[in-house]
Amino acid sequence: MDKTPPTDPRQSATFTREVNSEIRRAAATGIYDIRGGGAKRRVPHFDDLLFLGASISRYPLEGYREKCDTSVTLGTRFAKKPIELKIPITIAGMSFGSLSAQAKEALGRGATMAGTSTTTGDGGMTEEERGHSEKLVYQYLPSRYGMNPRDLRRADAIEIVVGQGAKPGGGGMLLGQKITDRVAGMRDLPVGIDQRSACRHPDWTGPDDMEIKILELREITGWQVPIYVKVGGARPYYDTALAVKAGADVVVLDGMQGGTAATQDVFIEHVGQPTLACIRPAVQALQDLGLHREVQLVVSGGIRTGADVAKALALGADAVSIGTAALIALGDNDPKWEAEYNALGTTHGAYDDWHEGRDPAGITTQDPELAKRLDPEAAGRRLRNYLNVMTLECQTIARACGKSHVHNLEPEDLCALTMEAAAMAKVPLAGTDWWPGKPQI
Amino acid sequence: MQSLDMAAMELREVNATLQAQAETTNQTQWVIENPRGAHAVAVGLDAPIEVTVKGSTGYYCAGMNAQARVHVTGSVGPGVAENMMSGEVVIDGDASQYAGATGRGGLLNIKGNASSRCGISMKGIDIVVHGNIGHMSAFMAQKGNLVVLGDAGDALGDSLYEARLFVRGTVKSLGADCIEKEMRPEHLELLADLLARAGADAKPEEFKRYGSARNLYHFNIDHADQY
Repeated sequence: MDKTPPTDPRQSATFTREVNSEIRRAAATGIYDIRGGGAKRRVPHFDDLLFLGASISRYPLEGYREKCDTSVTLGTRFAKKPIELKIPITIAGMSFGSLSAQAKEALGRGATMAGTSTTTGDGGMTEEERGHSEKLVYQYLPSRYGMNPRDLRRADAIEIVVGQGAKPGGGGMLLGQKITDRVAGMRDLPVGIDQRSACRHPDWTGPDDMEIKILELREITGWQVPIYVKVGGARPYYDTALAVKAGADVVVLDGMQGGTAATQDVFIEHVGQPTLACIRPAVQALQDLGLHREVQLVVSGGIRTGADVAKALALGADAVSIGTAALIALGDNDPKWEAEYNALGTTHGAYDDWHEGRDPAGITTQDPELAKRLDPEAAGRRLRNYLNVMTLECQTIARACGKSHVHNLEPEDLCALTMEAAAMAKVPLAGTDWWPGKPQI
Repeated sequence: MQSLDMAAMELREVNATLQAQAETTNQTQWVIENPRGAHAVAVGLDAPIEVTVKGSTGYYCAGMNAQARVHVTGSVGPGVAENMMSGEVVIDGDASQYAGATGRGGLLNIKGNASSRCGISMKGIDIVVHGNIGHMSAFMAQKGNLVVLGDAGDALGDSLYEARLFVRGTVKSLGADCIEKEMRPEHLELLADLLARAGADAKPEEFKRYGSARNLYHFNIDHADQY
């Protein structure tokens, strides 16, 4: 009998079970994996930053007595009617088509109750979201699905989408199973076919052209509403500078944790920069142009809590935008649908086949039976509550740092837990006065 | 006839004046003098008026036009009549890139040539080009009709959806998923109407029709090499 002690089976750190399962899936199907959501890999994030709080050298504001303002105005550069928001958290663009009409309505309801804006998406503006959104940002996308001057003029702002964090440089694909009669009608395409959203705009090729496009949109809308330019987190310094040069009122900067309705997993996980790495270069660009705060910066991609909001603002953003978190607040990936997630081969929290249209929560679907599961009023209230909590959390931190407005938060209020975060955020590594790349005096 | 002289007026004033015309306006005839290559001239119009632009314009002339008839006596820069909803835009000269891009309705009538990407992503507009068109025209074109009396450049109708393409001259090459199709009686009838509306001196029988093979309507790994 062999008495040799057995060694424990050792799994490879390179060929993990997850990696191996993807290799087997690819070998079986011959096609890359498509999914929704943003990057799932661990990247340096706001969790790697901490606030210092007030001490002897700074004094805090009383948590329940002293005012800490959260209002933000977007579009002060050129627009006659800038957007006034009560909170520095907006709802990001998500399309009708990728989302059900009920979900779009719920986003509008929740945002309106919380005093903020929501945003259309690829596929045009629906009556549900216009009707329930006091402030609605109309996305101007490469596909131009549903684009028309009437909707353009009844928007409260226009967001020219150059890219998004989940897939900078990439377009999109809405698969045929989500193309109902209504979705197809809005997009001028046949029912049931895959609908490609182009990766670049059809009628311009660079920043000089974009400047003229912005002029055209302003002329069509009478210079009334702000024009945002949204970019994915790729080259934030130059993209921000070029957007400003082109005439943007607001720059929306979306890091790689920002979600998408459907894109290749390899794209989501391997293209673009973490949100944390994008903010300081963008702020630097605005400062170099002398336009920080005059052109507002909205940051998105992985914003989950009031702490994330406060950290983004402290690094120089004027507001943040949420997408994935808003869907979770509506009811996405709720454990109560666990049996149905299991039937789809997944589990709550991990469900990301949003493109297939079989969402048990009734959010990323066009199936009328599934969509009925989402009560827009109740879901809107949940979103309102969540936005309120985030705002209160952000205020709590701001007061602890002695700030009477959340915009008064600053990098000096922060330290970093890791070298990577310190380098990206340009704040000191905790316990030191140093970060990688800090200029030597 | 109302005159708007861009030598003396700002672009904003010109566009605001035209955009302010109501559905029932009596002032239906307008002339824009001295456009001097300006961008975004006569954009966002939405009334049954006639605007004659005396000269040439820059980018996005008559962008998002609805109802109005805009006549440019010179040539136009990129994106003329982009996203047009209805009405008519007539160009006596040539048009640069992206003419009629994403247009949803109306007629874009170009008496000269149109550069590359003419009719890109068109969604219902009718475009008649009396001369030639450049490469990648009708890329991802979804709906509507593109009529070319001259020749078409490379990759015509690449990734085409349901738009119909009619070319009288030669086509340098067809794009992915674009094929020549049978010209049936209903197409001849449609083409005759378009040619008549555009005042084009050509017979429908002289044209070939091109459309989508519809092989790329659903992503199929076996078709990946067609892209």
